[in-house]
Amino acid sequence: MLDSDTSLVSKTTRFALGPILYFWDRTTVANFYSDVQSHDFDIVYLGETVCSKRRQVSYSEWLDLAFLITASGKQAVLSSLVLIEAKSELMALKRLCENNQFWVEANDIAAIHFLAEQKLPFVAGPAINIYNHHSLKQLRDLGMQRWVMPVELSQQWLKDIKQQYRSAYGDIDFEIEVFAYGHLPLAYSARCFTARSESRPKDDCAFCCLNYPKGRVIRSQDNQDLFVMNGIQTLSGKCYNLIKDLHDVQAEAQVIRLSPEQLDMAQILKQFKESDTLAKQNYYQQEFHSNGYWRAIAGINTVS
Amino acid sequence: MELLCPAGSFSALKAALEEGADAVYIGFKDDTNARHFAGMNFIDQDFLRASQLVKQYRKKLHVAINTFAHPVGFERWSKAIDRAVELGADVLILSDMALLQYANRNYPDLEIHLSVQASATNTAAIDFYRKQYCVKRVVLPRVLSLKQVLQLSQSTDLELEVFAFGSLCIMSEGRCYLSSYLTGESPNTKGACSPAKFVEWRESDSYLETHLNGFLIDRYEPDEAAGYPTLCKGRFKVDERLYHALEEPTSLNTLEILPQLKSANISAVKIEGRQRSPAYVRSITKVWRQAIDACLAGDFSVQKDWMTKLSELSEGRQTTLGAYERSWQ
Repeated sequence: MLDSDTSLVSKTTRFALGPILYFWDRTTVANFYSDVQSHDFDIVYLGETVCSKRRQVSYSEWLDLAFLITASGKQAVLSSLVLIEAKSELMALKRLCENNQFWVEANDIAAIHFLAEQKLPFVAGPAINIYNHHSLKQLRDLGMQRWVMPVELSQQWLKDIKQQYRSAYGDIDFEIEVFAYGHLPLAYSARCFTARSESRPKDDCAFCCLNYPKGRVIRSQDNQDLFVMNGIQTLSGKCYNLIKDLHDVQAEAQVIRLSPEQLDMAQILKQFKESDTLAKQNYYQQEFHSNGYWRAIAGINTVS
Repeated sequence: MELLCPAGSFSALKAALEEGADAVYIGFKDDTNARHFAGMNFIDQDFLRASQLVKQYRKKLHVAINTFAHPVGFERWSKAIDRAVELGADVLILSDMALLQYANRNYPDLEIHLSVQASATNTAAIDFYRKQYCVKRVVLPRVLSLKQVLQLSQSTDLELEVFAFGSLCIMSEGRCYLSSYLTGESPNTKGACSPAKFVEWRESDSYLETHLNGFLIDRYEPDEAAGYPTLCKGRFKVDERLYHALEEPTSLNTLEILPQLKSANISAVKIEGRQRSPAYVRSITKVWRQAIDACLAGDFSVQKDWMTKLSELSEGRQTTLGAYERSWQ
């Protein structure tokens, strides 16, 4: 799995299942991935990216899951924590980066530091700030095999980056992945908003995120869903959905990411693979979904 | 320990120097910096005057070029670096890897500080930026507790700078897209959070509402003081509870932990607020100069009039230690 710096650019679209952003209990996670083995995903990202206190699934259990996923013919990638503050988090990150089996999705520069030191291939996750071709090239030179574009960037931005990259550096010899379905990770804080919503201090949170498997909706006073709190993470209020834009996404990216929102992600995958254009259109529900970022407007809005 | 003050205009810069700032940070009048607000920042001519005045005072001029360069028009950012150097910058504050590389390659002798927008919160991230771009100092995000700041300081020999006073960003800086989610413009892409052009105040018989790009951020009773609709400081509903679900309108104030910051070997304390008036910069600088001098002389105790002054100048007239204090988190 690690032996590649060869061209990974595939001709057909591949579908990736992003890491679970919410805090689900151990049994739910186990059942979820047990089902995923038989799903038609090509790539599965595994691991905790939001909070180091979420330990329903241990490191060795994540590795076991990664082996199971691999055995089912998919690529397993271990996703790293986004906000690394404590020494213990840094040590855990180092162990993850040096797992010797699976690619790592780096979600903090610390991960890229460890991976590059070991000359290991990696995926640059959506929480890494890459906004132009020059910084992309630097990561490529450090071992990046796949780039997940920051969620706030648009189709036009992606086209621009690719064009500039080609004219400055030649062929794009890494994969590009676009986050195409799910509540978008928008921000990370030291503060745990979920604990605070239950008037608990962060250090005594009682793992209350377990009570909110879909996070807690933050509504405006005139009842619009603006955001979703998920521990220290703030997610978008609407579920991002590029199903209507899929053709354009496929033109620019090789990998399409669907983020776990429900237990049955096969159903969402089926919608994305649906060939009937009209049926596909119907899966987009303007009340709950948005595609604004891809269309270069406010992320919460929809361009039909 | 250096006192680093903000300036969005030549008058603010002058005020900061007169009141004893050790260094002042500024930005160009465009989207190459994270305080891209109308009517402020420096065109080349003012920049030159600023750098000359800073030199007369024998102080340091830091220049923030800390947004992320766009793929088309990259030259706007690289030329900003060239101009800053040419016009007399002592230090560049950068966050984009492309710009860090450009500055390090083209101006190897120039001092580079890692902007808070790069969100380096741990030793491995700091090591990365040192190794790749020879950064000399790291500006720490406002997400670390005091204990974590102390631990970082013990485990790196790079200079560390912390935010001491001003608007409180509660998210890990450079990794917050809340603003672009509601408006299409974010600090990373446009250099502004909750940009003023999207702000609307709507008054009805019973209350005043603040909107950002049409989204309701807060609603005030007639006797309540209304604040700028920075979107993370709005009043929202979580189930049936209506409250400041993310953060209250409040400012960061670390004055009381100044001795701990000093003993942690923090190189500089930064005052936020390039968008503020010269009078604001003058008042804040004056208080912090006195506090740091007392601290350096080993004779520090929090003076009541300092706190009163700082509270008066704070958002919602309240201050907090923010993430430095674990209970805030």
